[in-house]
Amino acid sequence: MRNGATSESRLARAVIMAIGLGFFGLFLLMPLLVVFAQALAGGIGAYLDAIVEPDALAAIRLTLLVAAISVPANIVFGIAAAWAITKFDFPGKSILITFIDLPFSVSPVVSGLIYVLLFGAQGWLGPWLAEHDIQIIFAVPGMVLATIFVTFPFVARELIPLMAEQGRDDEEAALSLGATGWQTFWHATLPNIRWGLLYGVLLCNARAMGEFGAVSVVSGHIRGETNTMPLHVEILYNEYNFIAAFAVASLLALLALVTLVLKSLLEWRYDYHGKGTGH
Amino acid sequence: MPISRRNLTIAMLLGAVALTGCSGGKAPGDGVVLLNVSYDPTRELYKEINAGFANHWKADHGQTVSFKMSHGGSGKQSRAIQDGLEADVATLALSYDIDAIAAAKPGLLDPAWRQRLPDNSAPYTSTIVFLVRKGNPKNIRDWNDLVKPGVKVITPNPKTGGGARWNFLAAWAYGRKAGGSEAAAQDYVSKLLANVPVLDSGARGSTTTFVERNIGDVLITWENEAFLAQKEMGAGKFEIVVPSISILAEPSVAVVDGNVKKHGTAEVAKAYLEYLYTPEAQDVIARNFYRPRDPQVAARYAATFPTLNLVTIDKDFGGWKAAQAKYFADGGVFDTIFAKIKR
Repeated sequence: MRNGATSESRLARAVIMAIGLGFFGLFLLMPLLVVFAQALAGGIGAYLDAIVEPDALAAIRLTLLVAAISVPANIVFGIAAAWAITKFDFPGKSILITFIDLPFSVSPVVSGLIYVLLFGAQGWLGPWLAEHDIQIIFAVPGMVLATIFVTFPFVARELIPLMAEQGRDDEEAALSLGATGWQTFWHATLPNIRWGLLYGVLLCNARAMGEFGAVSVVSGHIRGETNTMPLHVEILYNEYNFIAAFAVASLLALLALVTLVLKSLLEWRYDYHGKGTGH
Repeated sequence: MPISRRNLTIAMLLGAVALTGCSGGKAPGDGVVLLNVSYDPTRELYKEINAGFANHWKADHGQTVSFKMSHGGSGKQSRAIQDGLEADVATLALSYDIDAIAAAKPGLLDPAWRQRLPDNSAPYTSTIVFLVRKGNPKNIRDWNDLVKPGVKVITPNPKTGGGARWNFLAAWAYGRKAGGSEAAAQDYVSKLLANVPVLDSGARGSTTTFVERNIGDVLITWENEAFLAQKEMGAGKFEIVVPSISILAEPSVAVVDGNVKKHGTAEVAKAYLEYLYTPEAQDVIARNFYRPRDPQVAARYAATFPTLNLVTIDKDFGGWKAAQAKYFADGGVFDTIFAKIKR
């Protein structure tokens, strides 16, 4: 007896395979190759020159800085939120879950504009900020805030189904044996969630470094100062500086590839399929 | 629990502080830094101007001046300055965008800024021309060729771009002259916009759409942008077509009073803008394909800039304030036309 899944004719299977592979090649592989081909179009020397150029270095540094602040912030938030949601019962729990997803459903441009409306010179807090000479919008703090907002859900979304599935047995056992809250978290909860947590951090970091829309709105686009790598790529491209634009873009593409490899390793490591029906 | 939270917070703060420390060193030494917030196509121009001015300032005052540049659609940049982007000088595509800063925040910019420098604070002019592909395959000679069926026209969105508004008004001026009425002008511009497949947000975006992505048969753009595209993409790939009628564009410059006061850069910012009017800077301006104000420099570059019939914003459209309200405000002529085309 053949089961339903393999009963299609060979032709149908070949067609489906061809469509899948064709799609993969055309929309995923080709653009990636084009990025690297364009970046190296002027030779390896021109490629390196474009990357060590001061404005490009400033963009790389800023991108790393923004990620280095927003990723830890979202780790803390993500663990706290997942912990609260899965280990305790409290009113408003489902509303909190919905709100965690908000950044996924809001366009990044809107996310950026929210901060302009809040902290801009004409925004709600603008006059107070100006009085105290605090610059948030068009400076690094605004870019960090916008990035934290768009990467908000990654860690929490990864942990909530995982921790919900694991239940509270381990924690209750630890507490009944006299462990403090911190010990319980460190010795019972964290080991259970570490692979899921790493996975969430990886996704969070990839988005933090690659974010364009939200950051673009609050950046002010000052060369060498408030341009992250994605913004710098756009500027270089608009200046007919195609080799440099694709060289910086290739760094982002490399980051994506490294993320992909690490992601596969993690999935293999923490047995993604055993994770349950959360995804 | 309290210990954990405190430790984590401290660790994070330390990390953040360490990283911020690494990225420091924005203001180089004892020098002075000016932030010039400009519109899209002036990147190449100000690169040269800044170097020239820095040499002068160093020679005259012994002080190093360095520049931070921000480029984007003129309307967007104006908005950013209003929202707190601390520009020392605003060098935008049209006086209206600088007026908008003064209107929103009079403390930031003196509303009488146009009188502070010669020529209405517009150190150079430009106009709107067409860029077509090699050999002019669609045989585009003048505005009426742009509304022929099958001609794809590239122009940016006048809601966000300064150049785009000049384009729109130049087209309007042609439509009005050809048809003899405002209704004819609106009809002409509607047909023109119906031929636009991509509305980018700024002039440079449109140029890359046309030049790099190979979309469209004709690009309506700044004269300087057309020349630059020709130069950057290699001679012979594109041709400039000068229409029978166009508009005199006067990109304007102003010191942003509130910001220079805060930064202590009033003197150097003023000198920077005055430098734009010197023969040396005017020559740089002409070499970057903007029409110089200085008559002697203009005479030297007469061959580059053909004379053509130019309408002006003040005489033919009642000034930017009136034009902005009528054509580009929410619910204005552009919105009406655009809503009709989409349907």
